[in-house]
Amino acid sequence: MSVKLGIPSKGRLMQDTLDWFAERGVKIERTGTDREYAGRVIGVEGVELVLLAAGEIPRELAAGRITLGVTGSDVVQEKVARWESKIKPLASLGFGKADLILAVPKTWSDVETLDDFDAVAESFRQTHGFRLRIATKYHRLVRAHLKAAGVAGYQLIDSQGATEGTVANLTAEAIADITSTGATLDANHLKIIGDVMHQSQATLFRSMGASLNDPDVANLKAMLETLGLAQD
Amino acid sequence: MTPKSDIRTEANRLRAHFEARGAEVFETDILQPAGALLGLYGEDIRARAFVTHDPLRGEMMLRPDFTVPLVQSHISAGRGTASYTYSGEVFRRQEDDEDRPTEFIQVGYEVFGGKEAEADATVFTAVSEALSGLPLNATISDFGVLRAAIASLNTPERRKTALLRHIWRPVRFKALLDRFSRPAPQPAGMPDPNMPHVGLRSREDIAARLELLAEEAATDPLSDTEVERIKSCLAVKSNAPDAVQSLRRIAASDDALNNAIDKVATRLEALEKLGINANSLTFQTSYGLTSLEYYSGFVFGFAAADTTKYPVVASGGRYDLLTKAIGQGASLPAVGGVIRPDVVHKLRKGAV
Repeated sequence: MSVKLGIPSKGRLMQDTLDWFAERGVKIERTGTDREYAGRVIGVEGVELVLLAAGEIPRELAAGRITLGVTGSDVVQEKVARWESKIKPLASLGFGKADLILAVPKTWSDVETLDDFDAVAESFRQTHGFRLRIATKYHRLVRAHLKAAGVAGYQLIDSQGATEGTVANLTAEAIADITSTGATLDANHLKIIGDVMHQSQATLFRSMGASLNDPDVANLKAMLETLGLAQD
Repeated sequence: MTPKSDIRTEANRLRAHFEARGAEVFETDILQPAGALLGLYGEDIRARAFVTHDPLRGEMMLRPDFTVPLVQSHISAGRGTASYTYSGEVFRRQEDDEDRPTEFIQVGYEVFGGKEAEADATVFTAVSEALSGLPLNATISDFGVLRAAIASLNTPERRKTALLRHIWRPVRFKALLDRFSRPAPQPAGMPDPNMPHVGLRSREDIAARLELLAEEAATDPLSDTEVERIKSCLAVKSNAPDAVQSLRRIAASDDALNNAIDKVATRLEALEKLGINANSLTFQTSYGLTSLEYYSGFVFGFAAADTTKYPVVASGGRYDLLTKAIGQGASLPAVGGVIRPDVVHKLRKGAV
């Protein structure tokens, strides 16, 4: 195969990615109509462009179907078990920054830390007969973080969007989601507790599993040099 | 790769070993309703078990163990004293280690009812004999020792309850112990009544906890001597008779703790009667504290010297708390153990 570069196919994340590459002398051009998911890489030889949903890039990198990929570090850690052994971060791109946090209603004046949260989870279970619910789409990251902190008496409820609304809708008591400004949390009467679980930003990753022939290796090296990311 | 038929042969041999001791054979479905397991083990089980979805039955789980369905079946049949054995696949998700199997055969032996020390010794001995001839070390413990040490603390019940609840999570347990040995801070005030309140947890729930926190702030911290005593208890690890002596020294004149140590000693006697040499057993207070949340007394494990090459071969213990949770309060003493026939087979062959 040739060197394949996977970038997000839509929106702000795609535009910021294109700009980041262009600033470093690698021009990525969309081809065909606006709606066609096709494009090419100009300025380096033998690099093929693949436009993908940002959420699918981790899986493609882990499987070695793309050589390089740009996506959030949060989705890589969430979607790929033992990601360190399969995917290597090459550069943080400085945009798409967001923190994965745990939030509870602002009126919980008795809860500031995970210690408090754990105590509340236990008494909630006794009062309400089921485990306190945390709505999130970051199941693995949240579970790992809470496990490391020894918090146990909760359950995760899957929420793929509008997560901040689940508390008011009575489908969850707390949420774990990414936030950049905190405005949505504030508007939904929620506050952050404990430490940030993960600081995410758009990152250029390299797949450790992609099979490359000699010209590919040379092309990849040339591309990384152009980007100022010489590898040893 | 060991042929599955070889592992099954070993499993059949182990199960026959327990059947010969009068155990009934228990069978259950591979697909289990997830609700009961989630309610019992909490979110942690989701990381360890395969959850799948049935359009009519809702969330189902590939059985992570036989114990829960066995206890359910035993209780719903309204039975008292009985012993069971089973053999079959169990399934475990592995998020961190590709080398650990996601599916393996487990053979178990579970005894309901009977006198505690005798039943503990019966299960341990039956498992030990099933593994005879293999180069294994046995480690035992008793959660009752740590529970008694906590119960004797000079501190309010709620603090003891909190410590007991976190016995299985060393990180949190230590954090709690540290927190209780310092003066607690004054709690925040009630939330602004004009602030919009969202969610199921009510303002009353919040007020109740704030009150509790105020009580906490007025509670004397644990003394250094008491904290040290818990830590000394946790640090005990030696051959079983010596461990009993060490625990006695720590307990001094504490009746509750001495009663718990008596139970350890009585169990050792029961084991000796069944032909187990107490000096060959390691007693480690903290053993098994990171595994199953429902072990309540005796726990044991058998492992090869090289634990990097061979996983734990057999483990078990007393789980009265689990039967209590499933039986909704009705207490039913139960003790059991499980064996991994694949590891037994590997050890027998001395294979890599």
